[in-house]
Amino acid sequence: MTSQVSSPAEQADGTDETVVGAQRKPVGAKDVRRLDRVIIRFAGDSGDGMQLTGDRFTSETASFGNDLSTLPNFPAEIRAPAGTLPGVSSFQLHFADHDILTPGDAPNVLVAMNPAALKANVGDLPRGAEIIVNTDEFTRRAMQKVGYDTSPLEDGSLDGYHLHPVPLTTLTVEALKEFDLSRKEAERSKNMFALGLLSWMYHRPTEGTEKFLRSKFAKKPEIAAANIAAYRAGWNFGETTEDFAVSYEVAPAAAAFPPGTYRNISGNLALAYGLIAASRQTDLPLFLGSYPITPASDILHELSRHKNFGVRTFQAEDEIAGIGAALGAAFGGSLAVTTTSGPGVALKSETIGLAVSLELPLLVVDIQRGGPSTGLPTKTEQADLLQAMYGRNGEAPVPVVAPRTPADCFEAALEAARIAVTYRTPVFLLSDGYLANGSEPWRIPEPDELPDLAVRFAQGPNHTLDDGTEVFWPYQRDPHTLARPWAVPGTPGLEHRIGGIEKQDGTGNISYDPANHDFMVRTRQAKVDGIEVPDLDVDDPDGARTLVLGWGSTYGPITAAVRRIRKEGGRVAQAHLRHLNPFPANLGDILGRYDKVVVPEMNLGQLATLIRAKYLVDAQSYNQVNGMPFKAEQLATVLKEAIDG
Amino acid sequence: MADGNALLQLVPKAEGKQSMKDFKSDQEVRWCPGCGDYAILAAVQGFMPQLGLAKENIVFVSGIGCSSRFPYYMNTYGMHSIHGRAPAIATGLAASRRDLSVWVVTGDGDALSIGGNHLIHALRRNVNLKILLFNNRIYGLTKGQYSPTSEVGKITKSTPMGSLDAPFNPVSLALGAEASFVARTVDSDRKHLTEVLRQAAEHPGTALIEIYQNCNIFNDGAFDALKDREQAEEAVIRLEHGQPIRFGADGAKGVVRDPRTGDLEVVTVTADNEADILVHDAHATSPTTAFALSRLADPDTLHHTPIGVLRSVERPVYDTLMSDQLDTAVEQHGKGDLAALLAGNDTWTVVG
Repeated sequence: MTSQVSSPAEQADGTDETVVGAQRKPVGAKDVRRLDRVIIRFAGDSGDGMQLTGDRFTSETASFGNDLSTLPNFPAEIRAPAGTLPGVSSFQLHFADHDILTPGDAPNVLVAMNPAALKANVGDLPRGAEIIVNTDEFTRRAMQKVGYDTSPLEDGSLDGYHLHPVPLTTLTVEALKEFDLSRKEAERSKNMFALGLLSWMYHRPTEGTEKFLRSKFAKKPEIAAANIAAYRAGWNFGETTEDFAVSYEVAPAAAAFPPGTYRNISGNLALAYGLIAASRQTDLPLFLGSYPITPASDILHELSRHKNFGVRTFQAEDEIAGIGAALGAAFGGSLAVTTTSGPGVALKSETIGLAVSLELPLLVVDIQRGGPSTGLPTKTEQADLLQAMYGRNGEAPVPVVAPRTPADCFEAALEAARIAVTYRTPVFLLSDGYLANGSEPWRIPEPDELPDLAVRFAQGPNHTLDDGTEVFWPYQRDPHTLARPWAVPGTPGLEHRIGGIEKQDGTGNISYDPANHDFMVRTRQAKVDGIEVPDLDVDDPDGARTLVLGWGSTYGPITAAVRRIRKEGGRVAQAHLRHLNPFPANLGDILGRYDKVVVPEMNLGQLATLIRAKYLVDAQSYNQVNGMPFKAEQLATVLKEAIDG
Repeated sequence: MADGNALLQLVPKAEGKQSMKDFKSDQEVRWCPGCGDYAILAAVQGFMPQLGLAKENIVFVSGIGCSSRFPYYMNTYGMHSIHGRAPAIATGLAASRRDLSVWVVTGDGDALSIGGNHLIHALRRNVNLKILLFNNRIYGLTKGQYSPTSEVGKITKSTPMGSLDAPFNPVSLALGAEASFVARTVDSDRKHLTEVLRQAAEHPGTALIEIYQNCNIFNDGAFDALKDREQAEEAVIRLEHGQPIRFGADGAKGVVRDPRTGDLEVVTVTADNEADILVHDAHATSPTTAFALSRLADPDTLHHTPIGVLRSVERPVYDTLMSDQLDTAVEQHGKGDLAALLAGNDTWTVVG
């Protein structure tokens, strides 16, 4: 959840890593235990449907009212070689009866659909964790493929864990024998069997998944029925088999949520909705120019479904055309957006520079992924910050906004749109793969809660010449914002030409005058520097000497780490930047107040470089670039060292 | 004049009578004295009052190069963008604003080298754009390197021993890219140029006009074969829809189809073969004959260069289809309701 950092409910996340259970009166023959939180990881081949399984469990959990946070993790290949370590796809879900911030460091439960899934994930499990394995896939050959010389199910190597060997494939095929399906077709439902079993273990509601399956396979009722049968068989298996003696309850997180109506939402979906909301609030038609790229494509997909909002989506021939078309639409008065990831930003750089020069509103959404080059397309990273800041020729300042959680992508999109239309500038919105695909509960705002972003196009002359003639000057600036007028084609009398060549101040005519160029460069910079952004909040209840400063998707892990430290009596202050350019006006003062500033980033210290340069602060970087988000425990250790050191 | 094109009806008409002067901006024209661009500018400025559209609804978008300075000289809306990208930018503008008449001005380097990808995709989509491709077969603004339309062996600063790569034929390229309207004209032939502009303006969808344009500084005389009165008679094939394709002194030559290969060839017209002379059909559904016509010209001598409208066919226009989908979505789902969208189907309520 993205509630205030200092809310007392959050302190609960500082509980121990191990699941806290309380014995409860048994129901029937089986024990039911109450837990405050659980971390489950589903893992299998990339063709096993683990993402779907995770999504369904998440939906069930959301509708039950738990707080939750998810971490999908999958290979870039659509169907990586079966049974291999690189082919493993997983989905981690952390859910709780209280406010939580991350998908969790270490799973309490691992569902491993094959030996590769076990091998790839077992190292992340704490001793005592439950492991459910599909024994049907533990053939000699499959085990050898991933380097198991002996069966880990039998050689004692899993003795420290609570192992549940379940022949998931056999049970699924058996459950579906009444259906007119080939064995291969029947086997495909084994993920639903596993989902049913886990749903029983954690008392998840089932109606949603059954409804989902009926709708997903509406055109193949036989397949829908088979999947539902497998799902129910999994549930019943849990209920009847002696191996699963205990089921668990995680109560709804009612206290963690302010009153309101909630849904579960991923970052990319929230971002797409934020863009549609921005279109409504600006009263401008939304135009998306985009080229498919992981992990940004889902925004293109989502916006393409909402043409009844007047949304135009243009799948371009390349990244450059995507932003080019968006810029053309911006010239015509649309709320223009291009969506991409790091490699696409590199290709769009020249057009972003043109947008800086034309001073037209344009949102550049970068869902960051591992780089450089193609890098790690499906993994997360924050290493495009300096590209967003400086990756253009000439002095080409661009405002940068970064969301902190999946649901926050909604508000961040509105904020980026505010800056773009108010200041007539391209704006970077820097999300990342972790936010894009991760999800959490979101309190659905009422449309009248949304900010007013009304735009006024130029309607008439804005300058009087010495001879008294009224004229329109396309680069006559608003004295407060330094924004130039947005005069859209179709407005009589305001015909004007703009371009990437340096323009004379005011008239916008081509000018090679040295003094004018110097003035224009400084003015464009001053416009961006002068963008009004909210002051940075610092969460510092104890008068700490060490500040941890983050930006973007590290918010969850950093906040969880801060809670741990405080729970143990440590003192640490926390601040998290939404605005990377310009920085909040009070950032310098805040940095100056602390003896130590620690900046954790999923790059090699890009924000740290910026603040060291701008504020001459000896910020300490803590970096991780392994394609995965920070773990809270790891950050807590680092922060402790900084505090004690 | 625009009755044939329903799309043109979406663009508001000028209220009063317009003159060429209305389309001249206050900016000093800075092409080299003697440049073919002047003639094209004059022809376009002269044509615009005939088109009769409100000038605030006309937009010229260009890329980079000598020709791309064009928008600065038109008293309409305009954007001088970056190298090669004008078709992409214009696509976004045209697709989002169907009340605008959007023109792209580009050159052989801008359109066919750095921007080749955008050109072919604009053509295949059939966006409602009018693309004026000034082809001078040289790079002018960067001072004289060979271009993707230069003849093989061209000696330039960057190719002192002669260029190695075979040129594009822009008309062939456009036809291959599914263009619905392709024409070729010459800077110095004001009447022909204006007539081609008229047909392009009336065409619903992307119209590509290749304009042979003389660069008197770096490639002077590149099109003399087509301009010199005596030579032109033998070199230029003037295409007119519905007319037999004949040229030369007294129409002594004509184009016939070789029955063996289906290809076209130039023959001397005789009483025997006169009936076989191909009649130009710009509206033919198949682009095959238009393509064959585009291949008649000798890339070195330019002999047998067809000018005029090679192809003009109606097919669905991208911006219309896009707009129709928006209307259909509203018909099917109602106008978008933000509150309903944000709520989705799977919510729960927390009571305070």
